Amino acid sequence: MILASADGVDTLRIFGFGEGGWGLALLMGAGMTLAVSAIGLLIGAAIGSLVAWSRLSGHRLAGAAGETYAAIFRGLPELLVVYFVYFGSSTLLTGAASLVGYNGFVGVPAFVAGALAVGVISGSYQAEVFRAAYLAIARGELEAAVSVGMDRWLMFRRIIAPQVLRFALPGLGNLWQVALKDSSLISVTGLAELMRVSQVGASSTHQPFAFYLGGLVLYLVMTLATTRLFDMAEARATRGMRRIAG
Amino acid sequence: MPDATPALTVKGMHKRFGALEVLKGISLTANDGDVISILGSSGSGKSTFLRCINLLETPDQGDVTVAGELIKMKRKPDGTAEPADRRQVDRIRSELGMVFQGFNLWSHLTVLENLIEAPVHVQKRPRAECVDEAKALLAKVGIGDKHSYYPAHLSGGQQQRAAIARALAMRPKVMLFDEPTSALDPELVGEVLRVMRALADEGRTMLVVTHEMGFARDVSSRVMFLHKGQVEAEGEPEALFSGATSERFRQFISKERG
Amino acid sequence: MDWDFIGKTFWRLMAALPLTLEVWLFSVVLGGLIAAGVVWMRVSGSKPLAVLARGYVAIFRGTPLLIQLFLVYYGLASIPAVRHSLFWPILREPFYCGVLALGLCTAGYQSEIFRGALLAVPHGAIEAAKACGMSGLTMFRRIIFPIALRHALPAYSTEMISMVKATALVSLITLWDVMSVALKIRNDTLVTYLPLILAGAIYFTVNYILGAAFLSLERRLSPHLRARPS
Repeated sequence: MILASADGVDTLRIFGFGEGGWGLALLMGAGMTLAVSAIGLLIGAAIGSLVAWSRLSGHRLAGAAGETYAAIFRGLPELLVVYFVYFGSSTLLTGAASLVGYNGFVGVPAFVAGALAVGVISGSYQAEVFRAAYLAIARGELEAAVSVGMDRWLMFRRIIAPQVLRFALPGLGNLWQVALKDSSLISVTGLAELMRVSQVGASSTHQPFAFYLGGLVLYLVMTLATTRLFDMAEARATRGMRRIAG
Repeated sequence: MPDATPALTVKGMHKRFGALEVLKGISLTANDGDVISILGSSGSGKSTFLRCINLLETPDQGDVTVAGELIKMKRKPDGTAEPADRRQVDRIRSELGMVFQGFNLWSHLTVLENLIEAPVHVQKRPRAECVDEAKALLAKVGIGDKHSYYPAHLSGGQQQRAAIARALAMRPKVMLFDEPTSALDPELVGEVLRVMRALADEGRTMLVVTHEMGFARDVSSRVMFLHKGQVEAEGEPEALFSGATSERFRQFISKERG
Repeated sequence: MDWDFIGKTFWRLMAALPLTLEVWLFSVVLGGLIAAGVVWMRVSGSKPLAVLARGYVAIFRGTPLLIQLFLVYYGLASIPAVRHSLFWPILREPFYCGVLALGLCTAGYQSEIFRGALLAVPHGAIEAAKACGMSGLTMFRRIIFPIALRHALPAYSTEMISMVKATALVSLITLWDVMSVALKIRNDTLVTYLPLILAGAIYFTVNYILGAAFLSLERRLSPHLRARPS
């Protein structure tokens, strides 16, 4: 094995689960990556639907605000956003704590800051996915909903939301992958997700090639597996949406 | 029943889009069991008229009364009108069954789900009852076997029949048809017209905007011919089609045949 | 506000912009070349080559750039065979490692854009070209490439902007790009936000200009999509 011959170290032991093995740590890192990405995607969904709504609402001011948000966060390096959210959320929290009488620095947990950063970035892209999904709904179907006497809320719940979700699924699948990859940047805050664990393992065993390759393979497994999940969800959700030829 | 409350009355309806005045004061009374065909060339305002009745378009002026209940309107500062009570509008809409030119079935729901959607969620009727009724309606329009299909898997004629059944499922007082056969391939028009004729025969109150001269002449109890936003001719089909009343209408039908 | 400090910080950041742009330009060009090869493998008709190309795309699009970068910079350097190889003078330089990693990664994305654009060329246009007696190369140059280019531009523009943002990662392999200078100023002066905000403004402006340039190119290349002059 190339890996083993690099330094005469037994690769199996490094990636194993026994003594001196990093297997468990890497798997837990992967779990952390999945968790922080998933929460980030959800935060992004909340932000994204809000921004999409602002742009569809017809309010000029709200629309401009939404557009500005999306433009800014798509135009900034993700790494910069991670730093900014990480430092910024602690400043905000410290300020908030001083309002209630606590004077001193309050750090935001790296997980929260990380998920927030992934969410803030993802939200700027999800806004467009949701907006396009809404616009893809046939106008006539909304008219039909109005004509049977649905009020706005009922129409949103029964006709708009389910279709927006279906039309948005492929885009959301892509953005899930993006979130998963962006989450690696959170390693700079010290959160023990997969990238960070790989770094720690690389420096403490002096086996960077083995660890980064191992981490890379784990990322690949995660994206491939979850992409399959999204594909299956999409196939389920769009049953009935495809037209029979002819 | 001359003394009974009419199913639908419209009085003095006006509508303009910007500088263009589309409806210039149109009135209509539909008694129970009336089938009124509304004819006119494109741009005559016939579709707008229908859409103003259930307020898909907001009329600028005019009263709509459904089964004796007036839809309350109020005037906005800029002079245009808007409904005074959204809830009243939603309720009255559910009493007017609308059939669209483009079917407008909800594509994410099966045919059966399309039928029970409004009865269950707008009218709050028990689900089981709605399902039974919906299946009976589908059988009646001849697609009883298609209830678990999605709209995209049906032909245009089948989709329009499902859309008619969807409108019927709300037990409407009046059915509004907005060019129900115009989007269909010629060979599919017949199956939809047959369903509409059957509805007329069982005494449904119907307003039908259409280009189907045969349907207007043979099925409807009254015909209304619109020209440039006004009623140009109106009356029983025999009288109107015999050509005595209106030179414009005569020209219109000869062109439609032509 | 301390305008003097703002000014100084801004110019220190601007001094690092050339490096950021160099990393961007070299990696984008390298990525484009690799992508052309990957697309060629994909459409070559040879099954093993196509499988290889698909694997390449899956790996580089399916994993974070950061771990690819560290694998190249720290990982390869730890292998004795690499240290004794011909490539060592290149691979020990963080600049070339950054360009290599970014280039390999963007190649995965660019190749998918190219492939999509090729698939979007209407079959009829190709048949018409054949019917006119065009040979393979002429047909590619005169018909396929121009149509594919127009189709690829919007996605390509997005990818170019993505790459500007991705260059910030080279701050983690000891290069002094805009991002790492901002962090250094932040560390040295303990001014928390200003350096990051200014750096953000610089990245945003670069991306804005890039986006506008692509948009005008797109407009110029697609007169047939414009509204008919009245």
